[in-house]
Amino acid sequence: MTADEIRRATIRLSHEIVEKQAGTDGLLLIGIQRRGVPLARRIAVSIAEHEGVEVPVGALDITFYRDDLSMVAQQPIVKGTELPVGIDGRTVILVDDVLYTGRTIRAAMDALVDFGRPQAIRLAVLVDRGHRELPIRADHVGKNVPTSREELVKVHLEETDGEDVVEIERVVDDVTVDPRAGEPVG
Amino acid sequence: MSAVIDGGATPALVVPSVDVAPESQPVGWRHRHLLDVDGLTRADLELVMHTADAMREVLARPIAKVPALRGRNVTILFYEASTRTRVSFEVAAKNLSADVVNIAAASSSVTKGESLVDTVRTVEALGAQMLVMRHGVSGAPYLAAEVFGGAVLNGGDGWHAHPTQALLDLYTMRSRLGDGGSIGVEGRKVVILGDVLHSRVARSNIWSLTAAGADLWLCGPPTLLRGFDAWASRGAAAGRRFTVTSDVDAALRDAEVVMALRIQRERMASGLLPSLREYAARYGLTRERLGHARPDALVMHPGPMNEGVEIAPDVAIGAQSVITDQVTNGVAIRMALLYLLAGVHAAGSSDA
Repeated sequence: MTADEIRRATIRLSHEIVEKQAGTDGLLLIGIQRRGVPLARRIAVSIAEHEGVEVPVGALDITFYRDDLSMVAQQPIVKGTELPVGIDGRTVILVDDVLYTGRTIRAAMDALVDFGRPQAIRLAVLVDRGHRELPIRADHVGKNVPTSREELVKVHLEETDGEDVVEIERVVDDVTVDPRAGEPVG
Repeated sequence: MSAVIDGGATPALVVPSVDVAPESQPVGWRHRHLLDVDGLTRADLELVMHTADAMREVLARPIAKVPALRGRNVTILFYEASTRTRVSFEVAAKNLSADVVNIAAASSSVTKGESLVDTVRTVEALGAQMLVMRHGVSGAPYLAAEVFGGAVLNGGDGWHAHPTQALLDLYTMRSRLGDGGSIGVEGRKVVILGDVLHSRVARSNIWSLTAAGADLWLCGPPTLLRGFDAWASRGAAAGRRFTVTSDVDAALRDAEVVMALRIQRERMASGLLPSLREYAARYGLTRERLGHARPDALVMHPGPMNEGVEIAPDVAIGAQSVITDQVTNGVAIRMALLYLLAGVHAAGSSDA
């Protein structure tokens, strides 16, 4: 995906989210660390442009809820959770860059319910690359990208990586590289 | 680096697991145990502080509990009296959903003559994966670490070290003086005042504060500073700067942090102090003496306090005091360390 495609997909996601909610009442965008956070902010900016409403944006770190903590060689570095408002009774839109195995989203839902009882939790992702390992699907998808498990989907965003681009890399020569190193629980 | 590889005789280099970490991240944790802070680099200190920030956020939640250490057994084995450190470790482990086993040596088989090594082997056989230990003998946790299969966290050993206290002290300074990024004590005058001789808190703080770049001053009666001059000159040779003095006014002048230490009556041999009253008069941290420091200087104390001896009651609860912050931060720091050490344990790293 090019920068333009990412921009258009983000704008479409923002429209879909508002349409599904029939407005912006009770909406809360929560980005999953790390690249879900800038995406959530972009969606909020886009909603502000076409609806004239500032939707609150939070950041969720799912590290402590990962199901592979006992298997990783080294504890992942925590990036921090910041929720600007309570989640009780709100429609929480979880935002992430790539939907893969679904394990990140499982962890994110576990983390969220520790903060309260939202009216609904929905999921918006920039890229759905398939290969789910849990019964989880996205409500809003920027782009469906068929991939094989040997491929690595790399999302780069201006805020975290200095440029907007989505690339698919094939992991070939180095068998020791974990294809999910960048997004460890997918 | 290449010289080591070309050496041939050395065994294959262990590739650090940080290599698989995503790009542009801070370097991860590589220590298997926490026995003291002397082996921690500035990057290690920053990682602990950064992780403790996340733990502070967890502590502020309505349900202050996360499942990070679910199913892990943390055994707390204390051979010395303690309230805050033991409870702080226990609360920290429970906040991470670990299973906590508490052993007070006074009511265990230790009283029947069981050796430290046997006790450690026994608790490991009973399922301990992380061992938090306090012992009256300096170095005891190092012995435990040799026989224990998991991670050992030193909760204080003799006069030697109290690493979690030093880290929570540094964290408390950082949260008041830092800008969120750096630790914030670089070049700042930090004074440790009191019974330095018997203090494992002081010894650990010397390592962490000098590693973080503080302008560290140790102050107390000459009898309670014995040997620290030599350490200061060795430290200077290694680029770690600290000053040792018995001139309390000089030490406190323009200080930005003043940490009073407890007079350890139980460890005090006769002849070191004429009397507690004289100590309080000459070295006690009073409102008047604190006036030499900067107006916004932080007042710290690792506890438990002898109010009216090393610190005046009005100073201990005054506006400059961050003593209760230290206690709260202690839980966050211990959560951070348990979290970081749990990963290396799982991987079976051989790095100490």
